[in-house]
Amino acid sequence: MSVASSELAKRAAAGVSPFTAAEEPTQLKSGEEATHTINFGPQHPAAHGVLRLILELKGELVERADPHIGLLHRGTEKLIEYKTYIQALPYMDRLDYVSPMSMEHSFALATERLLGIEGEVPERAKWLRTLFAELTRILNHLLNCTTYALDVGAITPSLWGFEQREKLLEFYEAAGGSHYHVNYFRPGGVAKDIPPEVIDRIGAWAQQFPAFLDDLEGLLNENRIFKQRTVDIGVMTAEQAIAWGFSGPCLRASGCAWDLRKAQPYDMYDRVEFDVPVGRQGDCYDRYLVRMLEMRQSLRIIDQCLAAMKPGPVKVPDSKIVPPSRGDMKRSMESLIHHFKLYTEGYHVPAGATYTATEAPKGEFGLYMVSDGTNRPYRCKIRAPGYAHLQAMEVLSKGHMLADAVAVIGSLDIVFGEIDR
Amino acid sequence: MADPTTETPAAAPNPLLVLGEEIAKAAGAAVSSVTLACGGAELVLRVARAQWASLHAMLRDDPRFAFEQLMDICGVDWPEQPERFEVVSNLLSLSLNRRVRVITTTDGDQPVPSLSGLWPVAVWYERECWDMYGVVFAGLADMRRILTDYGFEGHPLRKDFPLTGHVELRYDENRKQVVYEPVQLAQDFRNFDFLSPWEAMTALPGDEKVHLTREDRAKIEGPR
Repeated sequence: MSVASSELAKRAAAGVSPFTAAEEPTQLKSGEEATHTINFGPQHPAAHGVLRLILELKGELVERADPHIGLLHRGTEKLIEYKTYIQALPYMDRLDYVSPMSMEHSFALATERLLGIEGEVPERAKWLRTLFAELTRILNHLLNCTTYALDVGAITPSLWGFEQREKLLEFYEAAGGSHYHVNYFRPGGVAKDIPPEVIDRIGAWAQQFPAFLDDLEGLLNENRIFKQRTVDIGVMTAEQAIAWGFSGPCLRASGCAWDLRKAQPYDMYDRVEFDVPVGRQGDCYDRYLVRMLEMRQSLRIIDQCLAAMKPGPVKVPDSKIVPPSRGDMKRSMESLIHHFKLYTEGYHVPAGATYTATEAPKGEFGLYMVSDGTNRPYRCKIRAPGYAHLQAMEVLSKGHMLADAVAVIGSLDIVFGEIDR
Repeated sequence: MADPTTETPAAAPNPLLVLGEEIAKAAGAAVSSVTLACGGAELVLRVARAQWASLHAMLRDDPRFAFEQLMDICGVDWPEQPERFEVVSNLLSLSLNRRVRVITTTDGDQPVPSLSGLWPVAVWYERECWDMYGVVFAGLADMRRILTDYGFEGHPLRKDFPLTGHVELRYDENRKQVVYEPVQLAQDFRNFDFLSPWEAMTALPGDEKVHLTREDRAKIEGPR
């Protein structure tokens, strides 16, 4: 007989015995037949944020897993409906806060599509967006792969990984002026050009990164404990993965060679060469491997971006959409007026709707944006990849041990900013 | 207000439009309109509520369409319309590499057939749609709220739900617990109306271009 823990707490608060006669502990069946319910999180280091997972256990085996989400719900979609397009963009950074620029990417592309200026974005802006989207992918996978190792018992990878992450975040800072919430990708290009020496710094970083990846793989790939914790745990077949709305590395680990950067290229992805790593088993270990291999592919793209980038403008020349530079604003009356209008009223976007998706590090990050012709989005639905992935928690962990549920959560790359929105 | 998802179909035979016509033919009377959005880049189908699930089943299972993946279901609120809620699904075909958007409408009471029997992923999307808009889904086994607080009242993404909400919570040091109280704002919520009529009244001679849409302005000004 199982009793939900919330129910027990309620009875305890009411001053009555937490058990009714039928549920008296003496009535519990012994051994394998007994099930009990535990509360996993929301304050649990392996819950990757504020996941409250109600686990029904039979002995140590998971019978049922019911994720309760929404503890980080901030009403982003509602807030965006009350903001101009420029004001709404920074909310994107705060969704999947370990890979901020990927979220901005979808928003910038969706707004450009509604404005009808996709074709006008200058080349350098597209190269910069591709470059930083890939840096962001490494940023995300570094965090996931190393903290995943932490979840299953290895401490060293996360200590090493965070050092590399810090170096990447310095590039963020050089580009947008901030470590995390950069607000760098804008509809019509990027906020500003990067300083010339940053190109060399990124190049130098990319030179040393493969050696780091070798070290990391040396620690984990053939590690006996790591493999015991991840191989054949949380297996998802390709059919299941498709039915459960999987995307990104989680889908590819199940054997589907699907990548939006290849299938529906945006920005400069049709101009760079890279391979799409695909797994075979669809277990936790494959999801980890796919991410590790993707980092090496991202590195290839970064090298090509650095080589191909030419000096040039980084925003569309339309001053009704793109604010003037600070210097212009101080000297030219017209620029001052544009600046004032853009930062108070913003620009009006023609009525229409779009579903624009990008290959974010976690999977397909889509925005269903509806504009009614005013200066604020009428509706902005955020399709976060982690939302679909977390829902499969029950099928992934059923029949596994309690400790394997932790391995499954880590392998899905869950971040609650984007799930709860 | 004009329906923003409806745009005039492109004159040239767009492959997406051809696909849309084919779907409409296969679905019979279920599809009420086939349009393209975003300059012909996105296919939009409008479908009667009763055929919502059967059309999705056809789109998924018919090898000509093969939309294997349900990427998203969401609601949109248009309070002025007789059936105020749009329910929008976005499908993706992995094998044929294309997308389609399917839209139906409902009011607060008429249930929309659930897609949870076709795709297990639909359960959370429909729960969210119920939570945010109060749209009811027939055949959805799990109708709990998903994103809002335990015991929450109302449907926050409806246009008539205030941005500030109705309750706020804080920790009460005396009672040693979290308490809910009605929202108290020290200052009125400021919502600037950029569609106010005085803007139109100040269309001075020579200033007409400002009030044109982007496309019209581009026509007059010519290519940059």
